[in-house]
Amino acid sequence: MFKRKGHVPPTASYKEVWSKGDAADKLSFFFMGVSALKNKQWAKGFSLLISEIVFLVWFIFSGVSALSMLSNLGENKTKKVVFDQAQGVYVTKQPDNSVLILLFGIMALFLVIGFICLYVTNLRSTRANYIKKRDGKHIATNKEELASLLDSRLHATLMFIPMLGILLFTVLPTVFMISMAFTNYDRQHPIGFSWTGFQAFGNVLSGDLAGTFFPVLGWTLIWAVAATATTFLGGVLLALLIESKGIKHRKVWRTIFIVVYAVPQFVSLLLIAQFLDAQGPLNTLLQNWGWISGPLHFIDNEAAPWVARLTVIIVNMWIGIPVSMLVSMAIIQNLPQDQIEAARIDGANVFQIFHNITFPQILFVMGPSLIQQFIGNINNFNVIFLLTGGKPMNNNYNGAGSTDLLVNWLYNLTFGQQQRYNASAVLGILIFILSATISLIAYRHTTAFKEG
Amino acid sequence: MKSYSNQRKVSLFFRYLLLTILAILWLIPILWIVLASFSYNDTGFISTFFPEKWTFQNYIGIFTNSQFPYLHWIINTLLVAIISATLSTFIQITVAYVLSRLRFRLRKPFLQIALVLGMFPGFMSMIALYYILKGLNMLNLGGLILVYVGGAGLGFYVAKGFFDTIPRSLDEAAELDGATRWQIFTKIGLPLSKPMIVYTALTTFMAPWVDFIFSGIILSTSGDPKTYTIAYGLYNMLSSSKGNATAYFAQFVAGCVVIAIPITILFIIMQKFYVSGITVGADKG
Repeated sequence: MFKRKGHVPPTASYKEVWSKGDAADKLSFFFMGVSALKNKQWAKGFSLLISEIVFLVWFIFSGVSALSMLSNLGENKTKKVVFDQAQGVYVTKQPDNSVLILLFGIMALFLVIGFICLYVTNLRSTRANYIKKRDGKHIATNKEELASLLDSRLHATLMFIPMLGILLFTVLPTVFMISMAFTNYDRQHPIGFSWTGFQAFGNVLSGDLAGTFFPVLGWTLIWAVAATATTFLGGVLLALLIESKGIKHRKVWRTIFIVVYAVPQFVSLLLIAQFLDAQGPLNTLLQNWGWISGPLHFIDNEAAPWVARLTVIIVNMWIGIPVSMLVSMAIIQNLPQDQIEAARIDGANVFQIFHNITFPQILFVMGPSLIQQFIGNINNFNVIFLLTGGKPMNNNYNGAGSTDLLVNWLYNLTFGQQQRYNASAVLGILIFILSATISLIAYRHTTAFKEG
Repeated sequence: MKSYSNQRKVSLFFRYLLLTILAILWLIPILWIVLASFSYNDTGFISTFFPEKWTFQNYIGIFTNSQFPYLHWIINTLLVAIISATLSTFIQITVAYVLSRLRFRLRKPFLQIALVLGMFPGFMSMIALYYILKGLNMLNLGGLILVYVGGAGLGFYVAKGFFDTIPRSLDEAAELDGATRWQIFTKIGLPLSKPMIVYTALTTFMAPWVDFIFSGIILSTSGDPKTYTIAYGLYNMLSSSKGNATAYFAQFVAGCVVIAIPITILFIIMQKFYVSGITVGADKG
């Protein structure tokens, strides 16, 4: 996986650099950048040396304690009343804030790893300088080193800021949340919590949350399959209809449908929820026409679970088919026509052509994006959150409603009354495992992966 | 021959009929949203399709409402959108360019890690982000911009797919002529990617207008409606626990319509790009 192609091994080992190098080379093993400084690569030498000093100062004064506190996430777990010697009174001592300890501990871990990477870079550059000197080659000057940042090492220059952003705003939070799954951070332990291993996983998979987890997982999978299949099929059929012979003003038709998708979801879905409400216009209309005697409950608390679920899937078709149509249209316009011509001459009817030629071709091209849509639907928080908010409530569930998906439940566990942060972290990991497994299996079966 | 052409005419008629019915079905809810914004209402419920009493008051009301400072929300969102679009576009284009055109040791691992990171549900990191921003004392619009920009580095797929289609011989020719990679990037890569820059700028510009979750978590702590962005402001208007939200329901709808119109138009203009975005993003790095 991480093997380098066409990598030529360097002609000197670090051992050789250590034993045969001069004093500066040797010193570089302890003081980063000495070899660079000796070779007058000032910018590189000074930045390496200064980062080492800064790192060591930080490490001694706060890094060590941040890392050591990571082992138990703080000594004091509960509120205590202790005698304050200095003031001579009893004071309540708050428990240690484990969230911050965990966060700073992980940050410290990242810094240490970053420093190790920097140290390896230092060793590499020392070795490169050593080899060049040994072989009597030209050693890059300070100016050349700096110029290489815009040429052979441009990737490092350009990626520096984006990487910082990814590390701080994606990797760090993700690692933080993964580690949270192994603690007892919940409503009973809101400030001081400790490591509990796989206990939270046990709660979700076989403990008090299992009775919610498996039904919600089942519904999530049903939903993902139904939502993906309906929007895909509907989109393809709609695209074929618009693209069929004789239809004029295709752009106008396409735009009509796209309008629905273009409206921001928080607007369209929140208002559709009103539209379908027991007192909403749809029920009023149906009642006025005399089609129904009392209001139908589509998505409110009195709705039957399967009615609400079906409504969600249908509303999702309303939103999802236009996008799917847009993509299918682009594919249909590029489909080779000769096969269809040949089939038509052989006497195949429209349905045979669709079933045997057009549909398989579209499926082939759209395979990878279908997988993405499936994963997207597993995580389709917006539709459920804005449309039903998980309603109707389900008394057998712990913190979830009948239409809630796993992600919505995750959200409820974190921001709702439950405050079971560790359980929501576990759910996040399980959703990740689910998505990763599905895409791995699916990508293996699509040719697009092999070609890429 | 005549029956054949008749048959075709009938088929065309039915297809037009079907399309028209579908179009009506699709547009009815949208039409209702627009109609609802014109209905005079103080019950918090609009239960008819056509307004019982027409009024333009909702549109005036939403701009002058002191409890829900709509204009502040628009200005805030505009500010966030402009800054975050500028920075995110820069980041996304450079990351995409580097991953597509340059070859370096960590390229493959980076692509794989990006793929893995993308599979974690987005909310999972929210608690951590909340504490990070709280620690930086940035639970405000600045923090929101940081979150949008910080995540931009992983949204490189569409732009990378674009760069992948530009022939590499172009770079090689320039390299033979003695150009540095920086020169190739600025003199060849960037000028060629103008449509991609426009697309990225538009998508990143639109994101803050429709995001109500991240903005809600970051901005709700202040409790001051004047600091909200439009999506969270409107969402909060409907779901706020104060109980007064229902009285302003029609105003809420009017506010939604005002903001939905430009977004819808922008999206319709960009639909071509959007298609290539979906199909390109589909094949992995």
